[in-house]
Amino acid sequence: MAYKTIIGLEIHTELMTKTKMFCSCTNAFGGEANTHCCPVCIGLPGALPVINKTAIEYAIRAGIALNCKINTHTRMDRKNYFYSDLVKGYQISQDDIPLCEGGHIEIETEEGTKKVHLERIHIEEDTGKQTHTTEGDTLIDYNRAGVPLIEIVTKPEMNTPEEARQFLENLRSTLKYIEVSDCKMEEGSLRCDVNINIVDSETGNKTNITEIKNLNSFRGAVKAMEYEEKRHIELLQKGENTVKETRRWDEVKGETISMRAKGTVADYRYAPDGDFAEIVLEDSWVDEIKNNLPELPHHKKERFIKDYDLSEYDAGVLTASKDLATFFEETIKYIDDSKLVSNWIMGDVLRRLKDEEIEIQDTKLTPKSLGDLIKIVKDGKINNNTGKKVLKEIFDTGKEPETIIKEQELVQISDEGALKEIVSKVLDENEQSIIDYKNGKDRAIGFLVGQIMKASKGKANPQMVNKMLIEMINER
Amino acid sequence: MDITKLSAFEMRKKISKKEISSKELVTAHFNRIEEVEKNINAFITLNKEEALKTAEKVDEKIKNGEQIGLLAGLPIGVKDNIVTKDLRTTCGSKMLENFIPPYDATVVTRIKEADGIIMGKTNMDEFAMGSSTETSYFGPTKNPIDTERVPGGSSGGSAAAVKSGEVALALGTDTGGSIRQPASYCDVVGIKPSYGIVSRYGAVSMANTLDQVGVFGRDVRDAVFMLSAITGYDKKDSTSFNNPEGTIIFGSFPEEIDYKDYLKGMKIGLPREFTYEGMDPRINEEITKSIKMFESLGAEIEEISLPHIEYGLAAYYIISTSEISSNLARFDGVKYGYRAKEYNTLDELYINSRTEAFGEEVKRRIMLGTYSLSRGYADDHYKKALKVRTLIKNDFDKAFSKYDIILSPTCPVLPFKLGEKVNDPLAMYMGDLFTVPVNLAGLCSMSIPCGYVEGLPVGLQIIGNRLKEANIIKAGLGFEGGVKNGL
Repeated sequence: MAYKTIIGLEIHTELMTKTKMFCSCTNAFGGEANTHCCPVCIGLPGALPVINKTAIEYAIRAGIALNCKINTHTRMDRKNYFYSDLVKGYQISQDDIPLCEGGHIEIETEEGTKKVHLERIHIEEDTGKQTHTTEGDTLIDYNRAGVPLIEIVTKPEMNTPEEARQFLENLRSTLKYIEVSDCKMEEGSLRCDVNINIVDSETGNKTNITEIKNLNSFRGAVKAMEYEEKRHIELLQKGENTVKETRRWDEVKGETISMRAKGTVADYRYAPDGDFAEIVLEDSWVDEIKNNLPELPHHKKERFIKDYDLSEYDAGVLTASKDLATFFEETIKYIDDSKLVSNWIMGDVLRRLKDEEIEIQDTKLTPKSLGDLIKIVKDGKINNNTGKKVLKEIFDTGKEPETIIKEQELVQISDEGALKEIVSKVLDENEQSIIDYKNGKDRAIGFLVGQIMKASKGKANPQMVNKMLIEMINER
Repeated sequence: MDITKLSAFEMRKKISKKEISSKELVTAHFNRIEEVEKNINAFITLNKEEALKTAEKVDEKIKNGEQIGLLAGLPIGVKDNIVTKDLRTTCGSKMLENFIPPYDATVVTRIKEADGIIMGKTNMDEFAMGSSTETSYFGPTKNPIDTERVPGGSSGGSAAAVKSGEVALALGTDTGGSIRQPASYCDVVGIKPSYGIVSRYGAVSMANTLDQVGVFGRDVRDAVFMLSAITGYDKKDSTSFNNPEGTIIFGSFPEEIDYKDYLKGMKIGLPREFTYEGMDPRINEEITKSIKMFESLGAEIEEISLPHIEYGLAAYYIISTSEISSNLARFDGVKYGYRAKEYNTLDELYINSRTEAFGEEVKRRIMLGTYSLSRGYADDHYKKALKVRTLIKNDFDKAFSKYDIILSPTCPVLPFKLGEKVNDPLAMYMGDLFTVPVNLAGLCSMSIPCGYVEGLPVGLQIIGNRLKEANIIKAGLGFEGGVKNGL
């Protein structure tokens, strides 16, 4: 039997404006509880919202980057419901005229490139945050209330958890590229809900849609989708069906847990918010935003291939994260050799990042220190292996490569007299190897080079050693 | 001389000329309040200590020859749904019985900047829902003309305070007639400005697309004086007009102009739809007399038709209650205001707090509005009412392309007795018949005293187009001049 998985996503992203959506309170994450608040964002009687133009600009940026149509005549609506983290008894959101409509993100599948289409992107305000104490009290922090959000809704067009993961990765990369959100799932600046169900391709039988909430990482989201996929298929195989419900992903138990059935659909009594005038966007402003849009990932990749003569694969890796791409381009300013810089970053730098599960901007390595290091190696002042050691030292201490080389006396020995002395000594101690070499055992050379490097504490210039070694053996 | 009987404009002149001090003036008014308040109940909260302090500061400024503001030293009442920093603001409700706002409404800031003296917070129907000030949690206000009768509402406290000389000027709010109807009942002038020319920031929303802050004075000049101090763009209110037309300049109406010149050639429309069966015919007689005077002073009068007006009241009660249901959702007992003592769940906290702290009329309107916005009903109610609103707007636009002002009675009935209609909401709602279309269309309008029936005042409503306050002010000054001159 063939089962088809159907996945749709709803993503909430906080926009990194300086101030909140409708007041001048700071939009900084955290802070002492209820200190980033004013009459507007805590909904005091009489207070009125004034829209933050930058929030609209960021949302338009996202819309353009994700290929949406921008509605130049739009408005704010009220979504009415009661909850203690919601200060006014309604959320200012958008109903039937979202700021951005349509759009898509491309992902790679086994069958080739696939477009996952978007339903819409609308702007809205975030709610406060609740903490439940062990004594049974609920504490509310309204610092987050009124933080600008965009809600991105996809069409149900993803068919595997892997496709959904790719969609999320590409979305996050794009939003970070255009500098509208830092997309930190752990701080809640990117939150994702999944809608998933299964269709039996032969019978056409479908399971009821499950909504999965409380996903704190992409990895968790994939695991939750895989778990649900299996659960839905097993029920179908038994001739049963799922309940239309919302489930929560439990990371520790590795399973989804039912939160609430969706028996009755909530009625949010949407209505236009009369506290705002109609939002009319000048076409020229939208064009300006479009023209000033930061370079998108795929454009950057193409440019890297062309300008820096990189392979498609290398360019893809280097541009996957904006910070890494920027790091690459900054490094080239110090050492004009894009191939060499690419090799260093793709090799030891990325390995280090992967091992420590960190991002380039969270390390002590700077474009200048990497550029200087590569230049030093290229100039033959130290050899490649020593260079790798120095890189590790920079990661650990943040010191300049010159400093490390000086402190640890790592400068390559290229002085002919000094090298001769070392080689001569090693040859004296290893006469058997000379005999082996002369008898045609080329391996012996490798051993001798190793001994020379050891004796020079790795500082001997390898090219010179190789040349000198053959000459000196032949002299004996 | 009883200085509380002077017009605000005269008081201000005497202050400038140092004939009276602000402290004397404020003290005289507090004495007056003490004298009449037990019979009138125009105030929920008095601001005596602070008011006297401010008055002294104003006197100090005058003494030092510093520049003083337009409202310098004048005693002013502020309706209790307009927030005042550190001064209790209740909206006439148990819900906010102990609510002390941490900020000032923009209009309050402007009064303070103009050196006006805030005497206290005036009584009102709960959350401005009512036409008699009887739904106030703090007891009804009585009409100074006849204390057995209501002062109108919802800004009944402000109208009564101005009439009885407790203050010289007052702020009100008008969502469907809440300034004009009490002005009519208390025999004072009330102006509901065009939507957007006075900031709503800090005026607690009832129906936010209809609400507008406005003014009361004992004559047209006083009302305009007060209005000119509070109009103008406010960046804190997104619906505020950023347009010089939205600012009233008091100096545009100098005393030297002969009142007769204001009405010459003015084109006036009389809508034939502004009548209904329950209308008091004696009111119509007074209105007819007034219209004759406009004519005798050179205005051109024609009957006009506003065909969709008959649906105005229905559309108003659907739109306003829908907005009320959303605007009053924030009063949930969680962050401020009344919280029920007994509850076990979050839902119970909401339900018990709102059940215990909201009055009947507020609950009635929240329920009506929630219904009108609900899925399956919104299309037939809320959305249809919005369409009617557009049609009414179009009717007025058409009329104002030909006419400068429209005249009508302010109210179809005379001030009624306390308790007479409090249990008959529909009869109460009918009283808004002539006033609500103005709010639906965002127009400006004034109620001005025009005569008496058995000693009870009748108000004439002068309606102008959006941002055409100048027209209603001119009409008001011209008509008032005629009345004073015995025409």
